[in-house]
Amino acid sequence: MLSTSPEFKANAARALEDPSLQKALTRTRPQHPAKRAAAKAGLPEFEALRDIGRDIKNHTLQHLDFYLETWAGNVEKSGGQVHWCSTADDARAAVLAICQRVGARTVTKGKSMISEELAINEHLEAHGIVPVETDLGEYILQIRGEPPSHIIGPAFHLNREDWEESFRKVHTDLPADRVFAERRDIMVEARTKLREKFLAADVGITGANFLIAESGSSVIVTNEGNGDLTQTLPRVHIVLASIEKVVPTLEDAMSLLRLLARSATGQDFSVYTTFSTGARRPGDWDGPEEYHVVVVDNGRSAMVGTEFQDMLRCIRCAACMNHCPVYFAVGGHSYGWVYPGPMGSVLTPSLIGIDKAGNLPNASTFCGKCESVCPVKIPLPKMMRHWREREFERHLSPQGVRSGLGVWGWLVQRPAVYRVLTQVAAWGLAKLGRRTGRLSSLPLAAGWTAGRDLPAPEGETFFARYARLQREGKL
Amino acid sequence: MSRDAILGAIRRGLKRGPLPEDQAFALRARLVGHPRHLTPARSIGTHAELVSRFVANVEKEFGTLTRVPDLAGVPGAVADYLAAQNLPTDFAMSPHPELTQDIPWHLRPMLQIRVGRAAASDLVCVQQGYAGIAETGTLMLPSAPERPTTINLLGDTAIVVLRASRIVGPYEDAWAWLRQRVDPVSGGFMPRNVMLVTGPSRSADIESVLELGAHGPRRLHIVLVEDAPAP
Ligand code: SF4
Repeated sequence: MLSTSPEFKANAARALEDPSLQKALTRTRPQHPAKRAAAKAGLPEFEALRDIGRDIKNHTLQHLDFYLETWAGNVEKSGGQVHWCSTADDARAAVLAICQRVGARTVTKGKSMISEELAINEHLEAHGIVPVETDLGEYILQIRGEPPSHIIGPAFHLNREDWEESFRKVHTDLPADRVFAERRDIMVEARTKLREKFLAADVGITGANFLIAESGSSVIVTNEGNGDLTQTLPRVHIVLASIEKVVPTLEDAMSLLRLLARSATGQDFSVYTTFSTGARRPGDWDGPEEYHVVVVDNGRSAMVGTEFQDMLRCIRCAACMNHCPVYFAVGGHSYGWVYPGPMGSVLTPSLIGIDKAGNLPNASTFCGKCESVCPVKIPLPKMMRHWREREFERHLSPQGVRSGLGVWGWLVQRPAVYRVLTQVAAWGLAKLGRRTGRLSSLPLAAGWTAGRDLPAPEGETFFARYARLQREGKL
Repeated sequence: MSRDAILGAIRRGLKRGPLPEDQAFALRARLVGHPRHLTPARSIGTHAELVSRFVANVEKEFGTLTRVPDLAGVPGAVADYLAAQNLPTDFAMSPHPELTQDIPWHLRPMLQIRVGRAAASDLVCVQQGYAGIAETGTLMLPSAPERPTTINLLGDTAIVVLRASRIVGPYEDAWAWLRQRVDPVSGGFMPRNVMLVTGPSRSADIESVLELGAHGPRRLHIVLVEDAPAP
């Protein structure tokens, strides 16, 4: 997928003016915190589990080479094949080679963020193979040619009218005057259409929420059951997974799964959590004849041992974006690449380079909510700060920002000058805002005052007030 | 080779070569011991408590449930459920001996049963429940020749016959049962496919409003056979 992350500012400005997007954001925003809080209330051990989740992931990352090798060995023992891929190109080639070898014409797909990262669909299409997204949200996005805007609810930015319009456009074999009285009518139509695709597909591609080292299994988590149909009905199952998905044992996976659904959708557990291990066994009535795992690095191994290693703990639950004021102002597309929200602001620069994602680590109010809800306690704000530092060091931040920071840096090293200047500024602003107590415009701060007023200072700086109160014996 | 490149890059990041044998040994011991972490209080209790928690959680997740005293009660429970839902009396059923041999289906001659895997046209499928997990009202359904995966997925209505003695508290207890088997292919314990199913299929993709029956079954009904020892 092509990145428009450098245009974050322009993307965000457009998003703020988009009434249909704002309608969807307003509808969804209050739902997430309430759902997660209710699920958390049903599991008093939730906070203790977050520490456990963090520790399991840290332990695995510290021995990632060992667990990957163990996992791969066990995949092969159970009759599956592992394809190691360093780059997105390698992974695309591996998937295509399997599809071509088995003469695939159509491929069904379960929801997978890594497949977005690799742009698998475009690659298959370019070679005459038809990919069909089967997750409801991904299905409508494929029809509309849009990228997902959220890692769990990829199409939540669409309204009902958008669904109806798109379905009328592509399902032309159905009566044009049919009525979608309820949301469920839309869903039933998609279900019927996709059933045909599930049955016709030659290959099914799914992602993986976890890989289990001890058994060589891959795990998918869905509510719809589309992932299960994708991996059960076609002759060949291909799993796309990035290297950091591995965990040592089932017990480790279950502890993380206790966190996943609660953090993601506020469910106690998702509807379908499915463990796949190898291909169809003797006597089985169903299941794929071939089981492949394309395990992808694509920039992750370079994060190991750096200040960004903690990001590899991410279990893609979306809690950070679900609780993010910036995300809910501008939506997911503004972030310009596959991963939006706070986790995207940290991960995207690691995967595609800070020069291509520069603006994202600035898309934050540093309120800290993301870190406080992250089930594996990833210090997202701290890592965004690391990226800002790198951006500054590499002279990637805009000249205005650099000069401003330069002036400020000079001032704070000279406390006497700083105090005089702030005193003057506080006095001046107080005078300016004397009548209303607020300032509706300010030189150099139009961006800030365009959306709100600045409360006028009372005429005294913090330093001055602190010193006065101390003198008066009030502190 | 990509494999060596990836492992090499990870090791460079970790500032070491391949793991020294003593450390690898410790990790292998962790795999063999597969220690449990925290067991939540909601998954602990007497068996009777766990059964009622299982029932409550199934219902919370939009599943339905009928309790029958023994396997002889199953045909009646299935027939009555189908009638109440206005569903046809023919269904696909797993070739599990507990279903095919132990249940006296002749008690309800109206029921027409096709044994095997499910087809896309099946409206109703009947599966044998391997375990029920009280913690979240979850069913464990491992694949096997006698328990095809399509039976869990293709029907519009999924019915699962579960013995109450197969209800455990936490997920780990159900895995502990499965860990005892030896697979003829891999030599390991894992079946090809293990589904943990919690309620009927659903989606909130359209305007973030929950609707049941996305791609999998729209209804999940459990016939719970009370074979549990008295608490
Ligand atoms: S960073 Fe944390 S909160 Fe965000 S998606 Fe990843 S695991 Fe979830």
